[in-house]
Amino acid sequence: MRYVDGFRLPGAAKALTQELARLGDALGPRRVKLMEVCGSHTMAIARYGLKDLLPANVRLVSGPGCPVCVTDPGYVDAALALAERGAALATFGDMLRVPGSRGSLADARAAGADVRVFYSPVQALEWAEAEPDQAWVVLAVGFETTAAPLAALALEIRRRGLGNVTLLTATKTVPPALDALVADPALAIDGFLCPAHVSAIIGARAYLPYAEEHGRACVVAGFEPLDVLYGVKGLLEQLVAGVARVDNQYERVVRWEGNPAAQRAIARVFVPVDAPWRGLGVVPASGLALGPGLADLDASVRFERPVTAGRVNPACRCGDVLKGVIEPAECRLFGAPCVPERPLGPCMVSSEGSCAAAWRYSGRGAR
Amino acid sequence: MSQDDRITMAHGGGGRASRQLIEEEIARRVGGTALRGLPDAATLVAPSGGLVFSTDSFVVQPLEFPGGNIGHLAVHGTVNDVAVAGGRPLWLSLGLILEEGLPLAVLRRVLDAVAGAARACDVEIVTGDTKVVPRGQCDGMYVNTAGVGAALPTLALDPRSVTVGDRVLVSGSLGDHGMAVMCAREGFELANAPRSDTGPVHRLVAAAAAFGHGVRFMRDPTRGGLAAVLDETVEGLAVGVRLEEAHLPRSGPARAVAELLGVDLLHVACEGRVVAFCAPEVAPEVLRAWRALPEGHGAVDIGAVVAEPGRVTLATLAGGRRVVDVPVGELLPRIC
Repeated sequence: MRYVDGFRLPGAAKALTQELARLGDALGPRRVKLMEVCGSHTMAIARYGLKDLLPANVRLVSGPGCPVCVTDPGYVDAALALAERGAALATFGDMLRVPGSRGSLADARAAGADVRVFYSPVQALEWAEAEPDQAWVVLAVGFETTAAPLAALALEIRRRGLGNVTLLTATKTVPPALDALVADPALAIDGFLCPAHVSAIIGARAYLPYAEEHGRACVVAGFEPLDVLYGVKGLLEQLVAGVARVDNQYERVVRWEGNPAAQRAIARVFVPVDAPWRGLGVVPASGLALGPGLADLDASVRFERPVTAGRVNPACRCGDVLKGVIEPAECRLFGAPCVPERPLGPCMVSSEGSCAAAWRYSGRGAR
Repeated sequence: MSQDDRITMAHGGGGRASRQLIEEEIARRVGGTALRGLPDAATLVAPSGGLVFSTDSFVVQPLEFPGGNIGHLAVHGTVNDVAVAGGRPLWLSLGLILEEGLPLAVLRRVLDAVAGAARACDVEIVTGDTKVVPRGQCDGMYVNTAGVGAALPTLALDPRSVTVGDRVLVSGSLGDHGMAVMCAREGFELANAPRSDTGPVHRLVAAAAAFGHGVRFMRDPTRGGLAAVLDETVEGLAVGVRLEEAHLPRSGPARAVAELLGVDLLHVACEGRVVAFCAPEVAPEVLRAWRALPEGHGAVDIGAVVAEPGRVTLATLAGGRRVVDVPVGELLPRIC
């Protein structure tokens, strides 16, 4: 644990907090909004109460960075349809509560569907080998960090010649979503705290357009509390200096060019497709589908059940919450009917999403 | 019966095989004086001053895990529920539901654990019941225990007596049981795997009882972990709890697994810990008394009762503060 504890030292946090206060003062009357793009940053910020440590004129807004939360209801509907046809579903645990149009995987499991939670997608292959007569569908959800191991998984299915495993893909890439966000003139975000593990794959250089073309400060930061505080400090320094560039403050994991081997594996297995994001709508070329040579591993092809866009309550304003345009409570659905137990948009699906957090801190949630 | 034998439907049929199972395997191991005659009910002499009565069912998978098995849990779970309600545990019932095909060797290890744990807790198993269900209708075995204890006269435990300024104490590290079972269930092979903390807390409760009304309320943080117990305790009250992350006791192995899986140890079950709300003047004394016992040597003061109605917060190592809420559902490994 010493490799973790070093990034949680109270003394260092205090020094950084003082530095943040100084930078907050240096901003003068200006109020700034920073977006943490990645769900794991959101989790760390919540877990360590880091919002308390920011200057009053600096706000963190949670971005679209949880791949599970932005999964379209239509994807969940398709997974449930495959389960109804007898497929066993293998999934990451946090997909279980994500609502489809007619309920979640957890609801389906309670009703008898075979839904199993893995810790690593490779476990699905062990299950499939142990039950060769059972059709298995791996719910391939995730960003670049997960896309790389999913690419390896697809190649391994092929190598082992497993005929009973397919992938239902809702794999996504982060830059197209950021492209969609910065293209909106209403976007009230001054800087991006860029993802840690996603950047380990795609490299810090992936954020150059947001700094150079869109003038947003960008800092790649790690997930430990000191990493996050240090990242915010980097963003404020850029804002105080009136510059926008990409700083990589997570050099112990992230390289400027990323991980070329993982990039090659992703390119070998997947092709970009337009994909729906809960809360953002369809984002061009933001999805990863299995490439032409691997179409037989695509569950939607094998089962002839294409994934179609699901229906989200049109009044849901998660897109505006994500962009920092409105506060969660300004959404008409906030609190009724949209609550953490029955979430509609991604900001409520994630336990630490902006809406779920706002709900809890309002004192109305928690139990 | 030989070591390779398995439970068959005949063992639940009420005939000779049933009797043999109960007499030779169960009663021989766990039977106290009252059970010796295989009664369907025990006749007991009630202590004066009131009774504490509790029941709990045990369905843990796998049946055996580092640090214990379902037999230990079945005794400790009910003993602890009786204890934290302010009782001195006296008697247990033991209900077994066995799946056809259960290896007899497993049953024997579980029964030995029940017997050993009961002895260590000074409780007697006075009545019981055994059923066998066809293969597939239960997962190896389920156990139910009910327990009766004598109410400790000096304790008046009531969450409504919790007052601003009270201290919150916990008797040892958090979440070891839940993490041990999760690792065993998922087959994680770790060099330094977490071990269940399954164990009795009745001696800790008895030690606290010496401080009378200065001990306001106690609970054992099982399902939902410390977070659930604290949240339930202050729900609807005019007070809340403020925890200090720096003081939370966490074992290295449980912490390592929790970090890896993105699980918050505040949400993970313990099976041998007790949380006590104590008046500030008695809290150091309770801690001293707890630390003198082997099951309380890791006891610490983890926070204070504050004037924040119904809310539990954590002052984090980083210097921030967050709300500690209960998990919505089961603990799940996260993708992010």
